[in-house]
Amino acid sequence: MADPTEPDSHAGDRRRFLDAVLTFGFVSTAVAVAYPVARYMVPPASEEPSTVSAVAAKDAAMPPNSGVVFKFGNKPGILVRDHAGDLHAFDAVCPHLGCTVQYRPETSDIWCACHNAVFDVGGNIVSGPPPRPLERLTVNVSGEDLVVSRG
Amino acid sequence: MASHGAGPQRPEGEGTSSGLYGWLDERLDLTAIRTFAAEKTVPVHKREFWYCLGGITLFLFAVQVATGILLILYYRPSAEEAYESVQFIVTQVEFGWLIRNVHGWSANLLIGSAFLHMFSVWLLTSYRRPREITWVSGAILLFLMMAFGFSGYLLPWNELALFATKVGTGIVGAVPLIGPFAMRVLRGGDEVTGATLSRFYGFHVAVLPAVTTLLLGLHVLLVQRQGMSVPIDVEQAERAGSPPKSRPFFPDFFLRDLVLWYVAIAIIAALAAFLPWELGKKADPFAPVPPGIRPEWYFVAMFHTLKLIPGHVLGIEGEVLGILGFGVLALILIAIPFLDRRASRGERNPIFTAMAWLGIAYLVVFTIVGYLAE
Repeated sequence: MADPTEPDSHAGDRRRFLDAVLTFGFVSTAVAVAYPVARYMVPPASEEPSTVSAVAAKDAAMPPNSGVVFKFGNKPGILVRDHAGDLHAFDAVCPHLGCTVQYRPETSDIWCACHNAVFDVGGNIVSGPPPRPLERLTVNVSGEDLVVSRG
Repeated sequence: MASHGAGPQRPEGEGTSSGLYGWLDERLDLTAIRTFAAEKTVPVHKREFWYCLGGITLFLFAVQVATGILLILYYRPSAEEAYESVQFIVTQVEFGWLIRNVHGWSANLLIGSAFLHMFSVWLLTSYRRPREITWVSGAILLFLMMAFGFSGYLLPWNELALFATKVGTGIVGAVPLIGPFAMRVLRGGDEVTGATLSRFYGFHVAVLPAVTTLLLGLHVLLVQRQGMSVPIDVEQAERAGSPPKSRPFFPDFFLRDLVLWYVAIAIIAALAAFLPWELGKKADPFAPVPPGIRPEWYFVAMFHTLKLIPGHVLGIEGEVLGILGFGVLALILIAIPFLDRRASRGERNPIFTAMAWLGIAYLVVFTIVGYLAE
């Protein structure tokens, strides 16, 4: 007669095979679900124009020693007119942690309220934690409008 | 080994698992759960197929929770942005079409399987003592699923959804005494507007899920505590001495359930890919009602019945009569285990079996007639 242990070893083979098939099926399912979900979670890239220009303010509304934050694309920009009447424009996003900066007429500087960073009207760091100066933008006077553009 | 405190010390080595499992087991008593799962069995008899309908309904609900959470990531619940955000999901977001269509199709299959589950439990008289609370929670869960469907239908803020919601909430407004008040509360005002949308969104993603989670927890817990009900004739045969047959829940029954879940996934995926839900036109509260306005299929039988009732019956407004009738039917449905005294004594009751078949026949016929009626 046949060895009584033999059917058992075959049963073991079959069990291992079935386990492998099941595991493969479950893993495939998990991947087939996880992949679309992961891709779905990543927001689609919005077309962000690299060069934008915006009317920041009216010339008459900007006396010396004043500043204004304006909408520049989908980020804030800041336009400053210093004591001498010269215009300077920057990204209003602080290079430290992305807060929006503001102009302080009393000290004639650009200040970030989040971590007390101070820049001069040229955008250079005076004090505080930012790793680099403010990003400079170009200002043009077009009739009554002060037009700011990148590049 | 130094011993600290008075707490019991487990001997190291034999008898205790070490590592993460041992750590968790000591705190969560996982072994009790494992023992329960290992010893759980499911009765075997010729109508055991119907046991799978609760599981598939639970699975589809899980699909709804998962896809619903994903849709929330991009959906914006306002009259100005809702339509555009759904449009964004299905056109711009990768696999957004898939997530939305799976949510829509799985919702419909969920309602279908919940109805089948309800009628199968009814026909097997599984609601009888001591499972009355399981039935009552299940019946309320079925109504909650329909409320999910009704509130979710408005969220894309398209033309059909707007008018379906006008009609649906208008029916509530016809209920005597509390109707006008209830309608205002549902709509968040006198008309269906952006305020209704905010409100339905709140119902759909917060209020209904909270209530459902509690009831579903109770429902599933009771099924685990009490085990599966056995049909009355099988129970009688067992009492007469025929040995009860059963199979282990894990893995035997679970794997059979799983096969059905895979079938459901295949059906949903095929429907999502080949029969996507249309977005239609953006809702305009001042546009005339488009022709062929009809609610979702699971409301069609009710909707058509209300249409057929004459304007006045015995001096009562026909619509009011219909609504009150449905209210009474809903209460009877919930109360079935308490009305069917014979089943509670373990005897078959042909009256309640006939009622179930009557209910099925009514829903099927009126749904079909409702679709053909236009």
